[in-house]
Amino acid sequence: MKIGVIGVQGAVSEHLEITRAAMERCGFTGSVEWVDRAEKLRGLDGIIIPGGESTTIGRLMQRTGMFERIREMGLGGVPIMGTCAGMILLAKVGDEQVKRTGQPLLGLVDMEIERNAFGRQRESFEVDLPVTILGGEPFRAVFIRAPAVRRVWGNAQVIARFNGRIVGVLQQNFLALAFHPELTADTRLHEYFLWMCKR
Amino acid sequence: MEIIFGSDRLKRGFARMQKGGVIMDVTTPEQAIIAEEAGAVAVMALQAVPADIRKAGGVARMADPAIIKEIMDAVTIPVMAKCRIGHFAEAQVLEALGVDMIDESEVLTPADEEFHIDKRKFKVPFVCGARDLGESLRRINEGAAMIRTKGEAGTGNIVEAIRHIRLTKRQIAELADMSDDELEAKAREYRVPVELVKETARLQRLPVVWFCAGGIATPADAAMVMQLGVDGVFVGSGIFKSSDPPRMARAIVEATRHYDDPEKVLEACMNLPQPMKGIDIRTLREEEKLQVRGV
Repeated sequence: MKIGVIGVQGAVSEHLEITRAAMERCGFTGSVEWVDRAEKLRGLDGIIIPGGESTTIGRLMQRTGMFERIREMGLGGVPIMGTCAGMILLAKVGDEQVKRTGQPLLGLVDMEIERNAFGRQRESFEVDLPVTILGGEPFRAVFIRAPAVRRVWGNAQVIARFNGRIVGVLQQNFLALAFHPELTADTRLHEYFLWMCKR
Repeated sequence: MEIIFGSDRLKRGFARMQKGGVIMDVTTPEQAIIAEEAGAVAVMALQAVPADIRKAGGVARMADPAIIKEIMDAVTIPVMAKCRIGHFAEAQVLEALGVDMIDESEVLTPADEEFHIDKRKFKVPFVCGARDLGESLRRINEGAAMIRTKGEAGTGNIVEAIRHIRLTKRQIAELADMSDDELEAKAREYRVPVELVKETARLQRLPVVWFCAGGIATPADAAMVMQLGVDGVFVGSGIFKSSDPPRMARAIVEATRHYDDPEKVLEACMNLPQPMKGIDIRTLREEEKLQVRGV
């Protein structure tokens, strides 16, 4: 199994580490690669788009030619997990902030995204969050200048809410999270994603 | 559900999201928009860039909150602002204003010669300058969520930042082979808890995100410091003191992103606008150096 973490900016090494740990826990053999150019996308069984600044990541993905290729791979069924900035990029529709900054969106998940939905850094928070696909134990969710989903439609399935707002969405081969599992030691969401890649 | 704000994980996590990025000094909303469009991960809102602060002399203080507010309203990326070393009331004002990170900065005139701000009391994360490992660990122990080199701000001369990177790395490498006794002696020398020294020895890097600041003026400068192992760069006067800020901003973002690919750095360097003129550090009098402030 070969998983790629899109490494143009943001919490890349954190995702590499936790994905490797998750792979070991799942008992899968394979590698997790730092993907910083379009050529390295070839042959990946799954793609992770990390947190960072979504405008920056989107622009740099476009300039490196990765943007279109990732979109095609996603449409072709390759599993993609996006956290925070990565979630924004997966959305089909963006809010006023997204439009004003000309933020490019991959447009893969049936959801409308709202950037910085909870406010600025001083409003960033962590909380134990129930996530439907994990069953019982809640997940320690770390929200940093996080987005939220205004609405979903079509095949998108809500897997987590905080104060009534949608913060986790699953749609076929796409897993979108408004928080940062890579900033915890809890590998469950990465394990879930690796099982998506295995299928 | 218990909701926690301002934890170490949230503060350090914010800094982690900046990795691989360029943080640009701006003085107006227009400049902030140029920085955002060029791909900056954040902007530092200032009343004057370091080169002008250096020229103006006098006491340099926190920027007018009205200017910072205008910049916050103009962009969607995080906005940082500087307060004077030790000036916790300026920091409280910046926190109340809602800036995303506070730079307790030697570029401004220090307010307290004995104490830095107790940064653990704040919900907003701090970045602090440091020239070596001892300074870095003292600032982390005070609660800094991010460390940057001091370099020599406003000179457009990378030499001091390079010195600080190399020195810090050498001091971290030296920790690797030390016995517990030696690590404890280091902790006493650095005036920090031994756990922090041991963590650094084990990680073989600073336990928080580490950026380069002070003197970056060209894309090649950015590529050099990234290759030396920092997580990202601050560019102060280098962009808006160049003859074509949007192009310089974009070129430095590209070079930071592709720092290990000379072809791409070459592309970024091609037909560049005139960089800022810069200052030879040897022509500075000791009292003109900003980096000796707040150790």
